[in-house]
Amino acid sequence: MAMIQGSGWRKVAVFYAPLFAFIFGLLFPFYWMLVTTFRPDGELYRPWNRANTTPFWTTHPTLEHIRYLFTDTLFGTWLYNTMFISIVSTLISLFCGLLAGYALARLRFRLAGSLGTSIFITYLVPPTLLFIPLAEITRTFHLTDTPWALILTYPTFLIPFCTWLLMGYFKTIPKELEECARIDGASRVQAMVRIIFPIAMPGILSAGIFAFTLSWNEFIYALVFLSTTQQKTVPVGVVSELIRGDVFYWGPLMAGALLGSIPVAFVYAFFVEHYVAGLTGSVKG
Amino acid sequence: MAQVMMKDLNKKYDEVHAVKDVNLHIRDKEFIVLVGPSGCGKSTTLRMVAGLEEITSGEISIGERIVNDLPPKDRDIAMVFQNYALYPHMTVYDNMAFGLKMRKFPKAEIQTRVQEAAVLLGIQELLKRKPRQLSGGQRQRVAVGRAIVRHPQVFLFDEPLSNLDAKLRVQMRVELKRLHDRLETTAIYVTHDQVEAMTLGDRVVVMKDGWIQQVGEPLELYSRPANKFVAGFIGSPAMNFIDVTVADAGGLWADAPGFRVKVPPTHASRLGAYKGQRVTLGLRPEDLRPASGSDPAEYSFDAVVDVVEPLGSEILLDLRAGQNTMVARVEPSVRAKVHETLKLALTPDRARFFDTKTELAI
Repeated sequence: MAMIQGSGWRKVAVFYAPLFAFIFGLLFPFYWMLVTTFRPDGELYRPWNRANTTPFWTTHPTLEHIRYLFTDTLFGTWLYNTMFISIVSTLISLFCGLLAGYALARLRFRLAGSLGTSIFITYLVPPTLLFIPLAEITRTFHLTDTPWALILTYPTFLIPFCTWLLMGYFKTIPKELEECARIDGASRVQAMVRIIFPIAMPGILSAGIFAFTLSWNEFIYALVFLSTTQQKTVPVGVVSELIRGDVFYWGPLMAGALLGSIPVAFVYAFFVEHYVAGLTGSVKG
Repeated sequence: MAQVMMKDLNKKYDEVHAVKDVNLHIRDKEFIVLVGPSGCGKSTTLRMVAGLEEITSGEISIGERIVNDLPPKDRDIAMVFQNYALYPHMTVYDNMAFGLKMRKFPKAEIQTRVQEAAVLLGIQELLKRKPRQLSGGQRQRVAVGRAIVRHPQVFLFDEPLSNLDAKLRVQMRVELKRLHDRLETTAIYVTHDQVEAMTLGDRVVVMKDGWIQQVGEPLELYSRPANKFVAGFIGSPAMNFIDVTVADAGGLWADAPGFRVKVPPTHASRLGAYKGQRVTLGLRPEDLRPASGSDPAEYSFDAVVDVVEPLGSEILLDLRAGQNTMVARVEPSVRAKVHETLKLALTPDRARFFDTKTELAI
């Protein structure tokens, strides 16, 4: 900690105390989710002031809620739906974002600047407004209550996002690399695929991870466009099937949230180095 | 091997006319250097030859082919960039082999050519490394190697040495020259450094504001500059310019406050038309020396020493003669003190005169 100087207590006051407060604030909800998942109903619904109450840990861990999730609800189907929708919409968005980002970063054409801005503006339109016209459109094309309703609407916010992230990344790659490749015998497309895309891999990975996470966690479109239980995604399924009226099935709810977060956590853990480089780093020759 | 022709070449961006009516015939196997201050259009010209910039009007041909509409890959050229432009995700070997792979050369042939180039440039040990593991000089060699494995018709160099430190630059300059003698390939080299231009070029093209100012062999540019810009740009320290009036008083005299010398006979006839008018006199620093007894008085004048810069092999004297400041490059044996008045002699037949309005040589 070269930047933190001074005596011990000062280090604690200005560095460690705020750091741990921050980490605690961030991680406590996840911890709560974890504890609730494995807490038996008997403990869950026990009043606070009862003797032997252990609100922050459990004395009788159980897998009952997870079992309930997989046997008494369609959680497995929801996981599959979410995975399928997220992967396909991410791939579509990444493909479009790559081409659009490259074009906006590299090609000189009329209205390039205003086109870039207008793509960004579409990203700013909130989904809470956009779902109304989109619902009409999915109904017209008979897509309502199919995965395609989401696969085709998620790109409305994923493509602008990927385009902007990748455009920024492409701009950090020296133009000469591509020019050199074109002199070396590559066409523009070959130079793009063989030189620029491999170099932009950290950027492409981070765009992909973010797009995947955004569609995995998406709630409002999934809530509006899907109605039958078999078609639902994890966020919507868990909330709509495990909150019945004013009854909250806290154990299965938290188990669903926990299991639903694991794939995303895995994706981040695997690519964390690349995606940090994608967001912060540029290309060093 | 090929000659390169540029005919009435123009490049206009929205508002800027970057290259104006460039006509240039680059001979087969010639090493030609485009030199000029930044923004003079030299890089744009090179990039048009490469096919990286579209031509607004005019014609470029390489060998017998007009290449105006050919994409860069079909022009049979190789280019070395200022920032080397090595592909960071490939090894040195793959960097050098890329162009050959794209042209579908057999693997054995690629290997032979890369090895040959690596030996020529002394980079055999580096073939398995990635560009980020190389020093500046090594990257430069790889970039040159990548160009020569292709055996192109023309080499293009875009300020390839300007990212190197001074010592390495001199070394690479010599190597490039040696390489060109060996490969005998037409080369177009862009630089803003007039020393590089003079030392490397068979011929040098001086550009300014998109116009070609003069094309010629290095020493020709130095001794017979076509205009004041070329005279001032080529040579270091730069040529001294003194605004003088041509006076007729028993022969022609170049006259300025505190400065008066006779117009040398070589220029007398041409300067006759300028009697009573102002012209610019150009004197190279090495053509000024402390006057000795044998120097004729009409080619001598008094100047006050402002600064003395001893460089070891020579001394630079910053001097003042009336309102005019000038630099003289003199023998290291000359003893001159600051504020001392010195009698200087000039070499008459090396003096240059320029029209003050058009700046053309008279």
